[in-house]
Amino acid sequence: MTSYAKRIDKRKFDELRPIKAEVGIIPNADGSALFAFGETVAIAAVYGPKPLHPAHMQNPERGIVRCNYNMLPFSVTERAKPGPSRRSKEIGMVSGNALASVIDLERFPGTVIDVEIMILQANASTRCAGINAAAMALAQAGVVMKELVSSVSIGKIDDKIVADVTKAEEDWEDGEGATDIAFTMTSVTKEITHLQLDGRIQTHRFKEAVEAARQACEKIHQYQIRALKGEKIDENK
Amino acid sequence: MKLTNINRQKIIDLLKDDKRLDNRKPFEYRDIEIDTNISINAEGTARVKIGKTEVIVGVKMDTQEPYPDHEDEGTMITGMEFSPMSGDRYENGPPQMDSIEVARVVDRGIRESRFVDWKKLCIKEGEKVWSIMIDIYCINDEGNVMDASAIGAVAALKMARFPKYDKENESVVHGEFTDTPLPLTEHIPFTMTFHKIGNKLLLDPNRNEEDSSEAKLTLSVSQAGKKDKMINSMQKGGIIPITSDEMEKIITEAEKAYDKVFPDIEKKIGKLKR
Repeated sequence: MTSYAKRIDKRKFDELRPIKAEVGIIPNADGSALFAFGETVAIAAVYGPKPLHPAHMQNPERGIVRCNYNMLPFSVTERAKPGPSRRSKEIGMVSGNALASVIDLERFPGTVIDVEIMILQANASTRCAGINAAAMALAQAGVVMKELVSSVSIGKIDDKIVADVTKAEEDWEDGEGATDIAFTMTSVTKEITHLQLDGRIQTHRFKEAVEAARQACEKIHQYQIRALKGEKIDENK
Repeated sequence: MKLTNINRQKIIDLLKDDKRLDNRKPFEYRDIEIDTNISINAEGTARVKIGKTEVIVGVKMDTQEPYPDHEDEGTMITGMEFSPMSGDRYENGPPQMDSIEVARVVDRGIRESRFVDWKKLCIKEGEKVWSIMIDIYCINDEGNVMDASAIGAVAALKMARFPKYDKENESVVHGEFTDTPLPLTEHIPFTMTFHKIGNKLLLDPNRNEEDSSEAKLTLSVSQAGKKDKMINSMQKGGIIPITSDEMEKIITEAEKAYDKVFPDIEKKIGKLKR
């Protein structure tokens, strides 16, 4: 049995994979962005706020966010069946909620903001990359937000807390095995707007994971801000 | 819709003098960009931009039982989706007629041109053959997604490499690739769509022009070496008919467009590196 002394891809435990971040990649959209953690590449586009049809779905007090997550068939090693699945519907919903938390929806009663997330290439943490891209797309669209959100997967691989989990780490079986925790946090107040956990983690270690998420989200936030200022970030180069 | 109508009249007026809103000639394409390496998990990928229209295409491969009437030939399925990302007219939901049509027309261009040597995709006659799955996604629609999709499918097939195959277990090792390209022929299909607006014909419509189009005709043309150009598939769209004279004009212009536009596309695909 091997303990997880070093990360498989030689990163430090709190180190993110090389980041790619860019806004304005879909000319037709009101806002759009690309965000990549290494081999995990997501793009997002935002349309709206716009009138919601059918009218009976409108909320006269606030706008709604409709988020769709789409993992392309060729983004994964074994072709994913095209079209919505239970998994993609769930991720779309939690991603939409993660983003809606910071949008000033009361300014847009009766409207909808459509957020479309597409995973082009997948090596774990796809929902986090998608949320990061979508947050940037919303900001670029000029949707009024209280603050930005940033998302990261925190893992407990064996007994080590790591940031930005890869597929190989998710599949780690030795020692305490792998726990995957997806966090989305607001950029200023560091509130949690999305949280999903799969695995086994001691209750007394959970706060370490939250702290790791805070630090990772702060780094991601800086990339998002730089990209929103017009920089095309590509750390692979 | 009113805005479209204003544009339509302007488009028709300009076309009378063989002019267009973006200063192109009637049968002139916008700039075409071709790129690859969208996903390391795919056997082959391509990104095609025609002007601001953008599609991404991926090829995945697996094995399956052959169809009973083609026991020694590989198979292919082509799927296409206009992502809601590609414009505010698109909504989520099952594939609509427009995307089904693009998928089927692209599929027929590849199939009927014999671009793929199907018999070389046979592993064991009657039992096991390779299957090719082409998935096309439009992510920005500024008109002429049909031609962009067809170019993308050809480029993605050109870039594709066989996955590793475990002979003992007779199954594909997903995510591991060989250096072996697909058995493709020199009959590369080039698909072009003519549109009819107010009795005038044009190629590569932008969004406004496509919205004003009354009829369209897609042709897939291939040519092996210096041999005759062959039409491999056609599809007429729209309610307004095409006259015999227009049909003749389309064939003449298709030959010209093939000689003018296709060599450049072939060169761009040839330069792609995985």
